[in-house]
Amino acid sequence: MGMTMTQKILAAHTGRDKVEAGELILASLDLVVGNDVTSPVAIREFEKMGAKEVFDRQKVAMIMDHFVPNKDIKSAQQCKICRDFCREGDVTNFYDVGRMGIEHALIPQNGLVTAGDVVIGADSHTCTYGALGAFSTGVGSTDMACGMATGKLWFKVPGAVRFELTGSLGKYVTGKDVILHIIGEIGVDGALYRSMEYTGPGLNTLTMEDRLTMANMAIEAGGKNGIFEVDEATLSFLREHGAKEPSVYKADADAVYDDTYKIDLSQIRPTVAFPHLPENTRTIDQVGDVRIDQVVIGSCTNGLYKDLAEAASIIKGRHVAKGVRAIVIPATQEIYMRCLEEGLIKTFIEAGCVVSTPTCGPCLGGYMGILAAGERAVSTTNRNFVGRMGHPESEVYLASPYVAAASAIAGKIAGPEEVL
Amino acid sequence: MKKTGNVIKYGDNIDTDVIIPARYLTTGDPVELAAHCMEDLDGTFRSRVKEGDILVGGWNFGCGSSREHAPIAIKASGISLVIAKSFARIFYRNSINIGLAIIECPEAVDAISDGDRVEADLDTGVITDVTTGGSFNAAPFPEFIQKLISAGGLVEAVKAGLIE
Repeated sequence: MGMTMTQKILAAHTGRDKVEAGELILASLDLVVGNDVTSPVAIREFEKMGAKEVFDRQKVAMIMDHFVPNKDIKSAQQCKICRDFCREGDVTNFYDVGRMGIEHALIPQNGLVTAGDVVIGADSHTCTYGALGAFSTGVGSTDMACGMATGKLWFKVPGAVRFELTGSLGKYVTGKDVILHIIGEIGVDGALYRSMEYTGPGLNTLTMEDRLTMANMAIEAGGKNGIFEVDEATLSFLREHGAKEPSVYKADADAVYDDTYKIDLSQIRPTVAFPHLPENTRTIDQVGDVRIDQVVIGSCTNGLYKDLAEAASIIKGRHVAKGVRAIVIPATQEIYMRCLEEGLIKTFIEAGCVVSTPTCGPCLGGYMGILAAGERAVSTTNRNFVGRMGHPESEVYLASPYVAAASAIAGKIAGPEEVL
Repeated sequence: MKKTGNVIKYGDNIDTDVIIPARYLTTGDPVELAAHCMEDLDGTFRSRVKEGDILVGGWNFGCGSSREHAPIAIKASGISLVIAKSFARIFYRNSINIGLAIIECPEAVDAISDGDRVEADLDTGVITDVTTGGSFNAAPFPEFIQKLISAGGLVEAVKAGLIE
């Protein structure tokens, strides 16, 4: 019986030739990630473990991205715990205001992950780096502490669900629409405890940005990780961003999958997830008349340059509808700078959007765009649970940057073709 | 180890945002977190919950964020055990790591009602609804996880050299 991509990476990090689904293993870690919400708890547990220093100063990344620049005294206190810890421990990859970005955009950008790595992060969207052919998964703060202290962590070797991609995406259709479509099909626990492994001839037609968005939302289907077969595009992305030498793993021909889904990318339509679960999807022609109060374009799911350029292509020369607040958040300083140089920031501001410093802020109802009771937002983020962006009686509709931008112009949920 | 308590029951997909909303994530203090546990889902939880109570949920309990603040808030609320049809994987790990007892048992969840008195034997996996007399068998944890649990969680396991 063969192994999946994920199982091969885990076997290699356990010093074994073979692992099987369901086995509990201790694997060595190439990177341990935390943010300003989860790291303070991890640091407390790290100290309780009696650990004195991190297992490898180069292999811990702590990124202040959820509540920075600090929104209040309490968030400042939390960040201070991280700042002090990283200064005293001389943690190499500490990213604070001025150098930071949203962690899952910043880490690939800065080449901190390569294909074949095992990465844990105390943030559920750590699964993003599966787009680069790594095994990467979200964990809690105590797991992060264990990783920082020992460089190892326990895992249950996951089974897998395979997605065989064919065809290529149509105009105004993106990786966001594909992953929302998939979650709509399999449900929010459709891949529970398992890997979502992407393969097939259609894979090469997806941009790295499409793949990062799709891997990012594996957790929204309950997945342990989402992982893409490595191709030329992956390797050139890794080279371009200065990542270390990749180890490329392909699934065995006789690898075992619990399910296989065939997805013809050419059939995917712009897709919107209605409140209050990412599985409540409708294609754009089925959304009806949904008036909105706010649009958020950004986050670890859709805050890359390409995402913002797609939004700007719809917004350019148009104006945000009266009564709609449009918030644009480049995911990293580098992306922000490029948006500035390419004129995107001007496009957004002229259209009546606001542009924010990189932050997770509104995605999780932290700050920088909180909804009141009864308000609705179209957002390029990843969750639309009750109260996710503010008041428990507010609503979040998840969509691609194209749809979010078109909705900002139309004042209601709309596809690009309705406003062009 | 046996847990006995009165049941507070919810449905499927109880996510970490309703267990502890992100607006309260500016602290890691268990008592402060417990003060807001479940408030966006059930405004009566705080006044109803008693030390030792058992929380029962449907499929995919604890889905969403990796915030360990969620099981911390539940534990600090006095909940002694969570029984669900299934747990989202990060919540499952976090609960074991911090020593919040959890059991997966779909049959028990279907049969148990809000307010029932329930007894669960964590070693054998036998769950008894004392109110109705019903009895259910959950699969026991794998050996490694039992070791983690009996060590008192991941911090103690690391100290004891179990992660080497």
